[in-house]
Amino acid sequence: MVNHPIPSQVARNLRKGKAGPTAIGGSLVSPFTIVLAVLVGIALFFMAQRFIYGLGAVTNINNGYPWGIWVVWDVVIATGFACGGYAMALVCYILNKGEYHHLVRPALTASLFGYSLGGLSVLIDLGRYWNFWHILWPGYAQPGSVMFEVAACISCYILVLWIEFSPAFLEHFGFKDLKAKLNKVMFFFIGLGVLLPTMHQSSLGSLLVVFGYQIHPLWQTPLLPLLFLLTAVCMGFAIVIVEATWASVGFKRDIAGELPMLSKIGKIIMGILVAYLVIRLGDLVVRGAIFKVFTSGVKSVMFLIEMAVFVYPVVVLSSPANRKKLSKLLAAAMSMLTGAVLYRIDAFLVAYDTGPGWHYFPSVPEMMVTIGVIAIEVLAYIVFVRKFPILPGHSTPAAAE
Amino acid sequence: MTITRRNFLATAAAGGTAAAAACATLAPSGAQARESHQVPENAVGLLYDATLCIGCKACMSACKEANSLPLEDNIGEKLWDTPLELSGKTYNVIKIYQSGTMENKDKAENGFAHIKRSCLHCADPSCVSACPVSAMQKRPTDGVVTYNKDACIGCRYCVAACPFGVPQFQYDTPTPQIAKCQLCKHRMEQGKYAACAESCPTGATIFGSYKALSEEIERRRAMKPGEPNLFPRRTPDSGDTHEKAAPEYVDYVYGQKDAGGTQVRYLSGVAFDKLALPMGLPERSYAADSETLQHTLYGGMILPVVALAGLVTAAWKGSKDHHDDDDFDMFDHPEGGHK
Repeated sequence: MVNHPIPSQVARNLRKGKAGPTAIGGSLVSPFTIVLAVLVGIALFFMAQRFIYGLGAVTNINNGYPWGIWVVWDVVIATGFACGGYAMALVCYILNKGEYHHLVRPALTASLFGYSLGGLSVLIDLGRYWNFWHILWPGYAQPGSVMFEVAACISCYILVLWIEFSPAFLEHFGFKDLKAKLNKVMFFFIGLGVLLPTMHQSSLGSLLVVFGYQIHPLWQTPLLPLLFLLTAVCMGFAIVIVEATWASVGFKRDIAGELPMLSKIGKIIMGILVAYLVIRLGDLVVRGAIFKVFTSGVKSVMFLIEMAVFVYPVVVLSSPANRKKLSKLLAAAMSMLTGAVLYRIDAFLVAYDTGPGWHYFPSVPEMMVTIGVIAIEVLAYIVFVRKFPILPGHSTPAAAE
Repeated sequence: MTITRRNFLATAAAGGTAAAAACATLAPSGAQARESHQVPENAVGLLYDATLCIGCKACMSACKEANSLPLEDNIGEKLWDTPLELSGKTYNVIKIYQSGTMENKDKAENGFAHIKRSCLHCADPSCVSACPVSAMQKRPTDGVVTYNKDACIGCRYCVAACPFGVPQFQYDTPTPQIAKCQLCKHRMEQGKYAACAESCPTGATIFGSYKALSEEIERRRAMKPGEPNLFPRRTPDSGDTHEKAAPEYVDYVYGQKDAGGTQVRYLSGVAFDKLALPMGLPERSYAADSETLQHTLYGGMILPVVALAGLVTAAWKGSKDHHDDDDFDMFDHPEGGHK
């Protein structure tokens, strides 16, 4: 079903050049969604094996590499990808840039799924998952543990995300009064919704501090929390550009209205990346680890690739003309995301060395579970934007008749 | 939107909070730094003297029996317990260093040497600091690092964090536990002590108080190589000794200061890096580094509360502004959606 804008909305669009979110309607069954559903099915099959036979039956993790992609991708990287809502809340509400307003809800939707599924993925990976509640239970919880802080903040943030998102539901189901009441106190949850990701995205870096010498000096630094935070915020902005592009291509929507905003986001990404690169390289110089850049074999190669994909977006986005082209914005955003993903994989797996004889590369079933989790996310996103008022309601040719 | 003085102040407040948080990240103050924990007053531990070890593996078999651990067959003969390294089924393993013709015991060149791998019971353990649910704990009395499977969530942070690669996770069962030596805490309750030390026929592994073992270490390091000396079995004061020519020790007591010090210490005639033990560890524990960082950022929750106040204020100002100039609320679009 297509949402025809009602006259007052059209008038407002003309006056302000923007529109409120609307459900875009349309069928949920398509070749794409069927493929996604099959991938989910495959993942469920392997998950069942994991719960019946243990983690070793499905994964390649071992006592030299006890954390595999179910931690590094499904949690550390996926929550980074899910920082769109965090990044947009930061510019829109905290820095008070109202013009970003209608990019918030789509970004928030992706954050909601990214974090919720990241939280669920943890349960698959935990060996003794039936005790998971201990982590937030007085008497068991150990506040000195970085893992405790990550878990507490992620749990709270998932809750906050659902509260921030609830107006979209309330709107849909017609609870006007409740929605009005909630909006009166929403500013508190928005503040909390910026603090919590700040805390735990930095803590994902702090997790590695206790590993000490086991993390190669090119990555092991007391600045890990700051570097993880900067790249996470950057991932949030980059993913907003990517999502806007995909949504426009996938749902055949016009993106011209969002382009000026995306250009500004490109500029923000460039600024944060420059800060990141200065801090990262400065830290290597101060610690004297800079000399290991070319002498550490595979780790050196990975480090240089990582740096290259971080530098590329800075070069591209430094030209104002490039920032006006969606193709250039997208290329820069994808490169930045690749860098952030590599940084996390490198820090947690490539730079991690517990001694001779240990190797880790994910098994096919292990990867299928991760792919299945991503498929659930994409599927849920499609259902939501088709059924709930998420995406900005641009005038479409059909609606203009 | 226009920049008014009001929203500029809100922005500045939020920015200032962020800056303060960043400064705190960048400059952990010395006053808040937590030092490495020291070995407790009444600590107990082990001394493993590689020069006395004959590789008989009596300690391995005693450990399996004392802890009801299953056998592990790595060579496919299904005749013996053949663990190659610590694992989910093995708390204690004797390994061997081999060089060239292997004719000289405890020599690096053309020689061989044994090494015992088991939990070192750190003074300030990474696993205890890492564990989010207090499953790994250090007993304040005797300093034994214990594991409680009923608290454990199986996150394997301890496995990853241990600088010595000691805690092992069980990957082949739906109800896994962390496998790790707990210095036979269940036998201590019965007035006994570590099974590995009790079963060692040469006194290569002895169990005792940290202080008594320190004295024993000093006594051995003062010996003249080649001269006959007495070596106690099982415990330093057991009275059960055997005479042997004093070995030539390398000038290092492994565990004395490594990663903050450990209650299990090693003497050897061969450099410890050849025995696959990590050398060059700092004297300050990694747990102290990690917890200092956490405390700097979250001590008394001061920074997060200040940041939250700034952020909430900024969000409140923002919501009022939107309301003023846009007549919509946070998510309020009267015409949006559909019935």
